[in-house]
Amino acid sequence: MYQWDFGILWSYRWLFLNGLGVTVGFTVVIVVLGLVFGLFGAFGSLSRFKAVRLTALTFIEAFRCTPILVQLIWFYYALPILAGVEMTPITASALALSLYGGSFYSEIIRGGIISIDKGQSEAGAALGMTPGQSMRRIVLPQAIKRMIPALMNQSIIQFKNTSLVSVLAVPDLVYQSQVAAHDSYRPLETYTAVAVAYAAILIPLTIIVRRGEKRLAVSE
Amino acid sequence: MSDTSKTISKIEIRGLRKSFGSNEVLKNISLDVAKGGVVALIGPSGSGKSTLLRCINLLVVPDGGSVRVGDTRFAFGDGSKLPDVRTLAKFRATTGMVFQHFNLFPHMTTLQNVMEGPVTVRRMAKADAEKLARAQLAKVGLAEKADQYPATLSGGQKQRVAIARALAMEPDVMLFDEATSALDPELVGEVLSVIQQLASEGMTMVIVTHEIAFAREVADRLIFMRDGVVVEEGPARQVIDNPSEAATRAFLSHFHRTGALPPANATL
Repeated sequence: MYQWDFGILWSYRWLFLNGLGVTVGFTVVIVVLGLVFGLFGAFGSLSRFKAVRLTALTFIEAFRCTPILVQLIWFYYALPILAGVEMTPITASALALSLYGGSFYSEIIRGGIISIDKGQSEAGAALGMTPGQSMRRIVLPQAIKRMIPALMNQSIIQFKNTSLVSVLAVPDLVYQSQVAAHDSYRPLETYTAVAVAYAAILIPLTIIVRRGEKRLAVSE
Repeated sequence: MSDTSKTISKIEIRGLRKSFGSNEVLKNISLDVAKGGVVALIGPSGSGKSTLLRCINLLVVPDGGSVRVGDTRFAFGDGSKLPDVRTLAKFRATTGMVFQHFNLFPHMTTLQNVMEGPVTVRRMAKADAEKLARAQLAKVGLAEKADQYPATLSGGQKQRVAIARALAMEPDVMLFDEATSALDPELVGEVLSVIQQLASEGMTMVIVTHEIAFAREVADRLIFMRDGVVVEEGPARQVIDNPSEAATRAFLSHFHRTGALPPANATL
């Protein structure tokens, strides 16, 4: 029978906290940047112009249909050779994860927008609104409500995907726990603690979002 | 067409054509509506009457012909370029439209729905827009529902809010697209009586409807359409009581054409 000893992890607490800080900070950056890419992708794929639609679609499918691990390695190792763009591991992984997340956000945002009944934008147009006004005032406020659960879901996945940046030696929580596990010969305790740390951050967040959804649903 | 309608017509449509793919929905339609006139458009489904109505405020952009409302005229077809979105928006702001399925904004209260046009399109100050919106809601008998969301209203109430929302833009012309077709029978009367009141105030209106008795009562002219063409046109009572075309007779035989309008507060 295995003898658990979580006490040993206490001496690595600063390592873990450091890693956790990098993981959370990284998530904030890739969610925000990802949403920006997602907005461009969504509106691009809904554009009146075929060239814009095609560009957006190419971006979305290129990042949606290839593995994130491959993208991370590709951005860090291949881009410098092919394009001469030298990037730190942090920049390369932030860019890859943001674009990867952005491709999924694009589809969520696009889906939310087209799920709103055409009669809504028609009613806006009949009042004399420009397409931009009816998008901002009528369609988006309703569409965002529908997007929130899916956006939250994707952001949770993004949070957990940050664990992959350890392959580029970005010192996130997983990378630091690898260090701790090698040093302490206690991988079971280390990775269990890591799993608990991820869940401890995500579960309260999901509860907050669920509450928010309920409040937003009142007007429907 | 008479000379008087030429000089004071509010809406003038000439040679209108529209196809969706290979399906020709409007074939060379011309139409005049006098200032203060009420025209009812009737016909079987697929006859093109809703498309014609949507061409009047350019929610549907015609392939050919011309549309004039008030002083603004647009020509379509060979060589004429499509109006840009701002020109279209400005034009639509002068016509009110009421839809079969209400299309109220579900994320706004009744009052906010009615204020939306004046605030966003006419850039009216919030306080002025609220005053105007409350007045319009009172006009359709729903002043006390101002702070409720559309989801809590009955179909008839929703449609009256939609009428108030259109009226808040203070339009020259009102277009009704089967405004009572989605309503339970006992709720039709309250909406028709609001439309009738507008007619008596001299609002220029085009009404697509299946309520033949109502058309007979409220409209001064009636147009019967089938397969994208105007089959018969004339004074409403005359066309309904003595249709001259066989197709009109056949269509009208499905309806009770006379009799009292459904009362505004019918209890069945």
